[in-house]
Amino acid sequence: MEAIWLWFAEPLQYEFIRKAILVSAIVGVVCSALSCYITLKGWSLMGDAVSHSVLPGVVLSYIVNAPFSIGAFIFGLGSAIGIGFVKSQTRIKEDASMGIVFTGCFALGLVLISKTPSNIDLQHILFGNVLGISNEDMLQTFIISGITLVTIIVLRKDLLLFCFDPTHARSIGLNTQFLNYMLLALLSLTIVAAQQTAGITLVVAMLITPGATAYLLTDRFDWMLGIAVGIGVFSSVIGTYLSYHFDGSTGGSIVLLMTLFFIVTMVFAPKHGLLRRALRLQQAKKPVPGVVQSIS
Amino acid sequence: MREVSIQVQGVTVSYSGNIALNNANLELQSGSISGLVGPNGAGKSTLFKSIMGLLTPAQARVIINGKPIQAAQKANLIAYVPQSEEVDWSFPVSVWDVVMMGRYGYMNILRIPSAQDRKEAQKALDLVQMAEFRERQIGELSGGQKKRAFLARALAQQGTVMLLDEPFTGVDTKTEKTIIDLLLQLKQSGHTILISTHDLGSVSSFCDQVILVNRTILAYGPTAEVFTEENLTKTFGGMLRNLTFSPPIQPQPRN
Repeated sequence: MEAIWLWFAEPLQYEFIRKAILVSAIVGVVCSALSCYITLKGWSLMGDAVSHSVLPGVVLSYIVNAPFSIGAFIFGLGSAIGIGFVKSQTRIKEDASMGIVFTGCFALGLVLISKTPSNIDLQHILFGNVLGISNEDMLQTFIISGITLVTIIVLRKDLLLFCFDPTHARSIGLNTQFLNYMLLALLSLTIVAAQQTAGITLVVAMLITPGATAYLLTDRFDWMLGIAVGIGVFSSVIGTYLSYHFDGSTGGSIVLLMTLFFIVTMVFAPKHGLLRRALRLQQAKKPVPGVVQSIS
Repeated sequence: MREVSIQVQGVTVSYSGNIALNNANLELQSGSISGLVGPNGAGKSTLFKSIMGLLTPAQARVIINGKPIQAAQKANLIAYVPQSEEVDWSFPVSVWDVVMMGRYGYMNILRIPSAQDRKEAQKALDLVQMAEFRERQIGELSGGQKKRAFLARALAQQGTVMLLDEPFTGVDTKTEKTIIDLLLQLKQSGHTILISTHDLGSVSSFCDQVILVNRTILAYGPTAEVFTEENLTKTFGGMLRNLTFSPPIQPQPRN
């Protein structure tokens, strides 16, 4: 009992751990909430593309000494718009448009880093560095998370309708173009907020896995949202503790926990799990007593 | 006195060079049921999308109950029942959630339903005999129940123009009868109903007018006049041989 208490309490004496836990918990809330929309809309790859495209924005921000979030957001949203442009104006399909735009941006970021005489740590941008987060960056994360969360809460139902049935949304006069860009902007903002915690490569997991896991557990959107946020916050906080105790990568630990949640859910989910499905198939095969089986 | 409810002028739509619909012109009166008939890829959905304002071709003019399309959308005039294939049935929403979506246009920005919204949604569910399934996830319904759930959403929306895309595909006879009875009631109360279908039998039995489409509007008018073998051959070409054709019968009052 004592050991468990210490396991949780001991790291809290350090300020950097307290900050890291707070930041990753908040990022966990925002990412998980948005992940429900992203998985239902089928935008997981879009999350991947936008997050990689953020790299040159972060580097440029460092070069001109601006807050990292501004550059990152411009490149994040810009890449999403660019992907939409290539897809709609040429005969190139969406997956190829994504591939072209995000690798292009990512490459630009790499070249910028290699030619910039500074102490930018690519490792930190790619995989996060929440244990070393500065007060300034923490403030940015809080502001962005706040804006994102409030927007999601206000537009909760409109975004859900946009994901479910854009045709109906349009026919009752909702501005689906606005909702489309709003969801893209939220995606970019969330990636920017999570950049310090999970880095731009691992943030994709935080934007997909909690929502996907919750989707296997419930048929109700409100529950899905709640479960996803629960998994996200739990993984973020415990992941941060684990990374402290085992001296491992924080972003890696968080994402690994989320993945574990997903695997367990995929197998054991009461209704949509693999075990349950196998059981149903088994029962369907069993001949019903008293009924003559038709010969085909 | 019947008024023009749907007015379509000069709708031409092409997708990457191929013309899907050429210069479609149409006027439909309120208090009528019209059947939109044509083979797959003939431009039926394109015409639907134009009427709903999802497509806004240049030069085209679409007027709904005297209002331009955007005003008509804001006024919740246009209710739409989608084709079953267009719906993601594993989406985590219940029948009640879907019906409530028909009321969004009446709610505030946070879409918090009022007592009135709940009342209308419940009434719509009762009308399609789906009240007992209101908490079901939509994927757990039969084909006919799925259709009725979306019909309830259209009813809850209280639009006077109702568009139904293939409403009889994959439904049981009970649902078909429920839908037809409801449509006839709505027609009595002055609604304008447009049904896209390839079920030629149902067209001749209860549609007042028929619109034959293949890349353009080939013919439209009262069912008895337009629904001729000659016109249908023009619309479907050689494909008609595969369909059973029964000569038009006069619409009979149901109930």
